[in-house]
Amino acid sequence: MSTAAIVGSISGVAMTVVGVWGGQYLIEQRTSGVVWKGITVLLLIGASAVGLLIAVPRLPIVNESIRNLFFHVPMWFSMIMVLLVSVWYSIRYLREPSERLDVLAHESAKSGIVLGLLGLATGSLWARFTWGAWWTPDPRLNGAAVAMLIYGAYLVLRGSFRDEQQRARVSAIYNIFAFAAAIPLLFVLPRLSGPSLHPGQTGNPGFNQYDLDNTMRQVFYPAVIGWILFAFWLTQVSSRFAFLKLKHDEN
Amino acid sequence: MPLLRDISTLLAKDFRLEWRQRAALGGLLLYVGSTVFVCFLSFSLRGGTPPPPAWNALLWVILLFAAINAVAKGFMQESPGQRLYYYTLVRPQAVILAKMLYNALLLTVVALLGLFLYTIFLGNPIQNPGLFVANLLLGAVGFATTLTLVSGIAAKAGGNGATLMAVLGFPIMVPMLLLLIKVSKNALDGLDWSVSQSAVLTLVALNMIVGATSYLLFPFLWRG
Repeated sequence: MSTAAIVGSISGVAMTVVGVWGGQYLIEQRTSGVVWKGITVLLLIGASAVGLLIAVPRLPIVNESIRNLFFHVPMWFSMIMVLLVSVWYSIRYLREPSERLDVLAHESAKSGIVLGLLGLATGSLWARFTWGAWWTPDPRLNGAAVAMLIYGAYLVLRGSFRDEQQRARVSAIYNIFAFAAAIPLLFVLPRLSGPSLHPGQTGNPGFNQYDLDNTMRQVFYPAVIGWILFAFWLTQVSSRFAFLKLKHDEN
Repeated sequence: MPLLRDISTLLAKDFRLEWRQRAALGGLLLYVGSTVFVCFLSFSLRGGTPPPPAWNALLWVILLFAAINAVAKGFMQESPGQRLYYYTLVRPQAVILAKMLYNALLLTVVALLGLFLYTIFLGNPIQNPGLFVANLLLGAVGFATTLTLVSGIAAKAGGNGATLMAVLGFPIMVPMLLLLIKVSKNALDGLDWSVSQSAVLTLVALNMIVGATSYLLFPFLWRG
């Protein structure tokens, strides 16, 4: 392992921790948060517009579809981030149970599902025009499907309880267990398996193959930040709605 | 060590219960046997044994469903009153460890017996038996550790326990299953150990992660 790789992984972990911590802060924020929401809108519109307009390297087969990098990959980044936030809420729930933390874990997981489905849709479309099929038996694609199945199971589990406290506790346990048992492997498995059509087979998942082009990075990173902030925003809105519903039911 | 003593007592209790309700154990073994036989009958229509990839996939599907059935009855056959009684006697960590150990032993027996019947009926294309059996045992232990906590969760939900267990358990087990099938394919083809090394190590690490997470989470599940 080179020094650059070690520095890269450490800073990756640090950024993830900061992201989870900041995500909680943003989701639970009680003020309107005009500044970061404005930044989110600017980043999303800006990255999408620039991503569609800038000159991109002409690679064989990929051609113009390389622009999907600015949409497809950030969705997975933000899915993982918001799911990590969800797991963290579940851990906090087990330590000090409260209805609030349960709602937050549930809503974060739902945002993760939405982003995962968007990631699957954009990826499937990309695969259709570069590899010629909507779905291929690639470890990454299978991993994405597994993640969706896990969170589908999480929703089914939540639906099968009548007692609210028990539902909150057991689903928090399943959330943590499933995340620990399956999600890390989604990053490990593609590296263990042989060659694949999907880029980023070795090293940093994402865009090794496209590293050549620095202007693409300048659009890619803002897009990632924008989509992660969007995931937190989505969770904030849906959890506020859930809290209001709870309050309404009580009265 | 009081924890070890608790575990051995609980383990002995599980074995004794299993022996007293031999019908459940017999049902499980018959389940494996009849599934293998149905596979044999289906393949004999086209004359002879399935090709190695189908042989491999079918074996793991049979073992997966047998494991779900075997582990499902663990927590579900216990009444809430019984659970409360154990709770007053032993620590929850002892309960989960004993249950995981018991399920691992049970699934090892089921897997070995399943493999034995399977090779009798559907032929034996294995070129590296040592690696194959080691991988099978790793799979049995992995299924047991993963499914034990899942069965505890499904038992809490009540109602349609076995269905819920399949829904909750399958997605978690897919990554493990992929690794197992890959190593087992390598053993079938008689490939060198260096090819399967990283997958086997990942499997061992995965088993440890799952075991440790279950150990940490079970007390919370128990508390209800």
